[in-house]
Amino acid sequence: MKPFQQFCAVAAPLDRINVDTDAIVPKQFMKLISKYGYGDYLFDNWRYLDQGEPGDDCSVRPLNEQFVLNQPRFKSAQILLCRDNFGCGSSREHAPWALRDFGFKALLSTSFADIFYGNCLKNGILPIVLAKPEIDHLFALAADDAALHLEINLADQTVSQPGGVTYRFEIDAFRKKCVMLGLDEISLTLAQADDVRLYEGKRRATEPWLFPEG
Amino acid sequence: MPKTLLQKLWETHVVRHDPDGSAMLYIDLQLINEVTSPQAFEGLSVAGLSPWRSGTIIATSDHNVPTVDLDLGIQDPVAKIQVQTLERNCDDLNLRHFKMGDQRQGILHVIAPESGASLPGMTIVCGDSHTSTHGAFAALAFGIGTSEIEHVLATQCLRVSPMAAMKVQIDGDLQPLVTAKDLALGLIRKIGTAGATGHAIEVTGSTVSSMSMEARMTLCNMAIEAGARVGLIGVDATTLAYLHGRPHAPRDAAWEAAATFWRTLHSDPGAVFQQVVHLDAAQVAPQVSWGTSPQMVCDVLDKVPDPADEADPAKRQALVSALDYMGITAGTPIVSIGLDKIFIGSCTNARLEDLRAAAQVVVGRKVSSRIKQALVVPGSGRVKAEAEAEGLDKIFTDAGFEWREPGCSMCLGMNDDRLLPGERCASTSNRNFEGRQGQGGRTHLVSPVTAAAAALAGHFVDVTAAQIRSSRP
Repeated sequence: MKPFQQFCAVAAPLDRINVDTDAIVPKQFMKLISKYGYGDYLFDNWRYLDQGEPGDDCSVRPLNEQFVLNQPRFKSAQILLCRDNFGCGSSREHAPWALRDFGFKALLSTSFADIFYGNCLKNGILPIVLAKPEIDHLFALAADDAALHLEINLADQTVSQPGGVTYRFEIDAFRKKCVMLGLDEISLTLAQADDVRLYEGKRRATEPWLFPEG
Repeated sequence: MPKTLLQKLWETHVVRHDPDGSAMLYIDLQLINEVTSPQAFEGLSVAGLSPWRSGTIIATSDHNVPTVDLDLGIQDPVAKIQVQTLERNCDDLNLRHFKMGDQRQGILHVIAPESGASLPGMTIVCGDSHTSTHGAFAALAFGIGTSEIEHVLATQCLRVSPMAAMKVQIDGDLQPLVTAKDLALGLIRKIGTAGATGHAIEVTGSTVSSMSMEARMTLCNMAIEAGARVGLIGVDATTLAYLHGRPHAPRDAAWEAAATFWRTLHSDPGAVFQQVVHLDAAQVAPQVSWGTSPQMVCDVLDKVPDPADEADPAKRQALVSALDYMGITAGTPIVSIGLDKIFIGSCTNARLEDLRAAAQVVVGRKVSSRIKQALVVPGSGRVKAEAEAEGLDKIFTDAGFEWREPGCSMCLGMNDDRLLPGERCASTSNRNFEGRQGQGGRTHLVSPVTAAAAALAGHFVDVTAAQIRSSRP
């Protein structure tokens, strides 16, 4: 995972509540065994007029011109403006992989589903929770502006419109550090392997039936 | 200081606390499927790591497997590679793995409980959101992403953010043919699909106390559809009776020691919950989802609601989109909605009791001629064998249902069992999202008995009333 840098980019508005991970990337693409290459299948059912299958050449598929990400001004969007409960449903990490591969680095919403929120951070995508009036205001700006630009600063925990509003957001310190520095969590945990072994010793004494291997 | 069940389970698994309330939790059991694991195994291999504790892993392919003609193997070449990849990874690392056709194979959330692998007091994870199912055994069980699968494989631990505790108190007697599924849908209808985000739901009350383990699993399974990663039910005599003698459950002296400990796994009187929700079971009617979110639910005798009655513009737009996708109009009586397909299956409702209940509705009757396909997909090889021993398969096939091999099947349509564009299905699964059962397919979530009654009628009916009619001379 690359360290997360401060950036300014176009924000695309997806004005829909309860967007589920089946919509973010449909099930047929979960048959693939790679961690990359899902960007063309992001929001596949909404983005294309035909039925997509893994391996399709998406450059020749008929586009749904009405869909927000097919509008020319949002093709280079790196921020997705979302509504309540974004990422609900299936735990598939393919959803953040597809968002990442499309080019999204940050998502803004009033709320995210728990599993999806964690999955995003593991892939360097920053899910930012803002208050409803703030999200409503950004949607209004996106509707007015030819292409709303927003600046995301993780160090300061702020979202700002250049020359306009600035909103602060919360993130837990450990996750912030991991995303900021692009840390490998497995290495961090393995550095504490002694603690894990110590725990296992205690647990083996209190619940021995969970350690049939001895 | 009285503790909630969540607190008890959390505290016994903490390897290390973080100042912000998060903790590194020890994981006792990991269930692995073919769909969300290949990238985790690859990551492990690239890093030169091997599983921390292989004996804590159970793997099987459930999402992609065909439910007919198993002898022909998997026809879809992309799916076949994925299933083979799981088999190879398990063989290479010497992990417990049940292959297609093995009676122990099936949906992970069915086979782990029925084999006694899911035990009270455990932490259980799986790269599948319906892992909440195992909370019915007072286990802290939750769905994880692929990066977390790799983390647990490598370290046996997971850093978990703190969860708040929500108590869902359900009291009263359910009416005949109203089920745990109706309660689950009724709860989600009440609190919404984000109603329990950030929470673990503990379900309690007299209704739950008198429920079987299978019904309790249905309730906990659907916790995720209310936004909760975790569903929980405290241990009681029903829990212990279910587990005793199952293949992976402890035996003899170990059983006695385990059972003594497990009896402490319930919330203490006076424990503090951050939220409390009450449901009166006696007031719950058969539930039917009419839209594209599991909160878009009404009583079977209700009409489809009118978006004009919703004040919030974003919510109103969601209702309009849902009706458009579902091809129904506001004010339509649910019982007038005609169906094309019926699906009885999934980790929510494919256990033996579900199939028995559906079979009792179906027995001696025929699937309506307007139904193109009616599927019964048992949750596991064991469920299938037990159902066949009771003759349930015969009841279903005599009525015109297809009796299939176990798997996730049409719940998410990763194999060939799916809806075609525009087809409408009464389904005992858990999600009615757009395209969930097949692109353009229209899903109505219901209980097994409501699905069975709908199959016979060709449209939704109030199964409680239909049974009263049919029992008259």
